[in-house]
Amino acid sequence: MGSRSAEGEQSSLADDYDALISTTDVELLKRAWRNEKAAPEILRFESDLINRVKGQIELMEETVEEKLSVGSDPLSVSLYQMDLDRTLFLLRSYLRIRILKIEKYMFHIRKTQELWNRLSRDEKLFTERCTDDLKEHLESSVLSKLPENYQSYERQSVISEEDDMVPEPRLDTFVLCRSKEYLTGIQLEDGPVDDRSKLFEMEPDVLYFICYKSIKPLVESGKIDLL
Amino acid sequence: MAGQSNHELSLFSAEELEFIAEDEIVDIVPNLKMDPLCLISGDFGPFTPQIVTQVPLWLAIALRRRGKCSIVPPQWMTVDKLTEVLEAERNSQEMSEHLPFHYVEISRLLFDHARDNIPDAYMFISLVKVRSLIEDIRDVRFHKVETDLEAFDGRTFAVKIKNLSAMEVNIVRPFIGRALQAFYKHDSSDLIPDPERVSDRRPQVAHNAPRRQLRR
Repeated sequence: MGSRSAEGEQSSLADDYDALISTTDVELLKRAWRNEKAAPEILRFESDLINRVKGQIELMEETVEEKLSVGSDPLSVSLYQMDLDRTLFLLRSYLRIRILKIEKYMFHIRKTQELWNRLSRDEKLFTERCTDDLKEHLESSVLSKLPENYQSYERQSVISEEDDMVPEPRLDTFVLCRSKEYLTGIQLEDGPVDDRSKLFEMEPDVLYFICYKSIKPLVESGKIDLL
Repeated sequence: MAGQSNHELSLFSAEELEFIAEDEIVDIVPNLKMDPLCLISGDFGPFTPQIVTQVPLWLAIALRRRGKCSIVPPQWMTVDKLTEVLEAERNSQEMSEHLPFHYVEISRLLFDHARDNIPDAYMFISLVKVRSLIEDIRDVRFHKVETDLEAFDGRTFAVKIKNLSAMEVNIVRPFIGRALQAFYKHDSSDLIPDPERVSDRRPQVAHNAPRRQLRR
């Protein structure tokens, strides 16, 4: 992309800013899509990015309509359409992956504040309706007919210590990741630190398979990409 | 459908990998005149006959299929370069760093759509030779990956992979993920740790520290 690299060279500011202004929204969306696909839990909803992309898509749809009606060169119109289709695919796939995760872990998301905060407004509405419907269905078809101590949809029985009927995502799955810069000080595996624990380091642009739990904060801050 | 590739197999379907690879930039020689395209993915053009232009691969293929350009094969895709790479792959346990991340997808797309890129002033390609070289390279590399995977044991808690390509990564990902998971689960604090033992070092499996004892 000619214009993109020219922009990058002219900027004399810090590397971060360089990377920011020379990355298109489509690239950012692709990155968010990949991260979401690879992560076991639902990640923060990129509302700014999605709004911008939606705006660009609408603009492009209008442009294509206009070009069609004016009778422009059909080749360039079809190329614009292809680009539009590609961007739409990314957007749809991103949203669908999130919905898939919500459907899998809806009760867990509903009761965990940290995860709840990661949803968009529409996703929150969706989750509420889903959990209400599912809860009602479970209660009316099965739970109300069980003996009294076993009627909760969250726990096996009244004596359970925690909500053991609520599925949770496995944060200790191993994921493939890559960092853009040299990272040190990653603590592998949570748990008490004893003096033999070494801190892990990551070279830039090399692929690593690591336990997701260990790099969770780095993914959230954007320093590590999942593949 | 957009979100629903089969999770049991690999994270990304083959088509999705191709989709990702199609954003890579290649050189084309257009044979038409066209104004710049201001797409959502970026601005490309203007297009002038016989002037080399950079565009994403999907755009290059779209133009090629309509006969509006010819695609300049990338630097690494010549018989000479690939023969070099194959030799290097055969002689060393390390992976060659001269192949781009998406070399499998890019070469497949170019074979399918730009097959009759006639020998021109820039490069001469013997297509059959290039294709067979790439397949040999794939085999050698994959064999190396398989032997390296045998080095896994309970000490492995992170795996470092240098220069593996997108397609290869996608294929081994489920296996490595589940293998590491199983080791993680079974090799827990119930076992007595042996801090002196250091396992074999292979180029691609990194044991960065002696394993700590997990305490519950």
